Amino acid sequence: MRIEAHGLSMRLGRREVLRGLEFVAQAGEMTAVIGPNGAGKTTLLKVLAGLLVPSAGIVSLGGLPLTDWLPRARARALAYLPQERVTHWALSARAVVALGRLPHQPMGAGESPADTHAIDAALAAMDIGHLAQRPVPEMSGGERARVLVARALAQEPAALLADEPAAGLDPAHQLALFHHLTALASAGRTVVVALHDLSLAARFCHRIVLLQAGRNVAAGAAAEVLQSEHLAAVYGIAAQYTRIEGIPVVLVADVLP
Amino acid sequence: MRDIPGRLGLEPGHLLAALAVTAALAFIMSLSVGPSGLGIDATGEARTLIFHEIRLPRAVLGALAGGTLGLSGAALQGYLRNPLAEPSLVGVSGGAALGAVLAIHLGLSQLWALALPIGGLAGAAVAMLAVVALAGAHGGPVTLILAGLAVSSITTALISLALNLSQNPFASVEMVLWMMGSLADRSLAQLWISAPFILLGGALLLTVARALDALTLGEDAASSLGIDLRRTRFAVVAGTALSVGAATAVTGIIGFVGLIVPHMLRPLAKYRPGLLLPASLLGGAAMLLVADVALRIVQPWVELRIGVLTALIGAPFFVWLVLRTRAELAP
Repeated sequence: MRIEAHGLSMRLGRREVLRGLEFVAQAGEMTAVIGPNGAGKTTLLKVLAGLLVPSAGIVSLGGLPLTDWLPRARARALAYLPQERVTHWALSARAVVALGRLPHQPMGAGESPADTHAIDAALAAMDIGHLAQRPVPEMSGGERARVLVARALAQEPAALLADEPAAGLDPAHQLALFHHLTALASAGRTVVVALHDLSLAARFCHRIVLLQAGRNVAAGAAAEVLQSEHLAAVYGIAAQYTRIEGIPVVLVADVLP
Repeated sequence: MRDIPGRLGLEPGHLLAALAVTAALAFIMSLSVGPSGLGIDATGEARTLIFHEIRLPRAVLGALAGGTLGLSGAALQGYLRNPLAEPSLVGVSGGAALGAVLAIHLGLSQLWALALPIGGLAGAAVAMLAVVALAGAHGGPVTLILAGLAVSSITTALISLALNLSQNPFASVEMVLWMMGSLADRSLAQLWISAPFILLGGALLLTVARALDALTLGEDAASSLGIDLRRTRFAVVAGTALSVGAATAVTGIIGFVGLIVPHMLRPLAKYRPGLLLPASLLGGAAMLLVADVALRIVQPWVELRIGVLTALIGAPFFVWLVLRTRAELAP
């Protein structure tokens, strides 16, 4: 399901966080949103998820303006994974993952076979099946992060917006997560991730959108966007997009004076 | 094996069935125990008098008030995601108390018996409007707590003023006793006035079960799951105000039930805030009914009011909660 945004501006208090932004994420692709701290990545994702109403501009999901979607229908089509890993109460991992099925369940209905299947598949995808009955507050940060990703996967959305989904994961689970997200995109879903790890973006994302102070600086394939000039201008770093043993990486040499 | 909180939990159906049976037994007990010594199998005129005029209103009121306090406590704790929240936090109990105290102060309760609960209802309504106006439609949990606190402070000040200015010592005693909370000697008419509000408020609170489950993940994630946060906030505030306001208007202030009941039942409900709503409704009814029966058993020796009993049990429990929270937060 295609996500599109035109002329997005967003004010939070006195600060203009987004300034006339253009954004497109295609179905079947994984799109990365990158940029330094305060560039507007999180705000952009929240606007795309319909959690913030932009001060100007329009967002559409599947060709329909986001404001025309009913909240429940939107929640079945689009999942949002916040950056903050919040879980209140000592719910079990499985109970947290099951919350992703809320938009699919009629009021007062229990878990349907389709729900059970989606929950178990999400637990398995994030390698937490063996932790299913553990209370989430007793888990490590990385385990908790995987439970929350699994919650968004259980929602079985056509479009997934994830804010820093890899933060706090060990390398093995980071890779597993991105392989899974790639598989979702290959299956025709729209995946949008906000990322700090440029190498993950280079390796896995079909399209990269580079933000600076609420504006697009560049958008396109990794090789175009991750040019040294762009990285120097936006991040203030001396960095190079290259391949090591065929794997795209971004080598950061130093901070520019 | 390690102690896993989830292990205590019961299947939702079993938990609710067990609580419903407990509440039903407590209700029957409440009908059967009293100073007259009449059992539930009594017959004749005494039965009509004792059961219909005294024990039935008392048992129904106990069930309604206890259920309301448990339910609204669970709803507030879930909405605010804070285990220390309780119904009086929203300021409506204080408003109900002020309304009732004014009815006594102005002598209205002398003229018409129903002036007391109607004064309480009016007070609760005014307090609720004040809290809603102060907290605003968009504010987060913190503004709601602060607005409730502000309104409570004002009602406390005005109650003190009414007591201070009261020139009739009997009226003063009546005000103080009323505020202590009691289920005794309430008429069916008083029940009829408050029951619709209690039931309406309770129904509103039961609609937020899914929203409270989703809020486990925080407000952004809940909203992305299709939950309308403004509607949820309205249902929690209005539901608590209607049900607790109406119950308090008839019983006076009964504290701590709304704090303790959700707390005790939370592990049994596997920490699910939505399931905790009906569980606390049934548990609150059972707890208040049992406490009231206990009062009647000790009545020949000490005349104790139920609000005093729940405070005596509840305050140490609150201390324990604080100590436990402190231990959890310690590095």
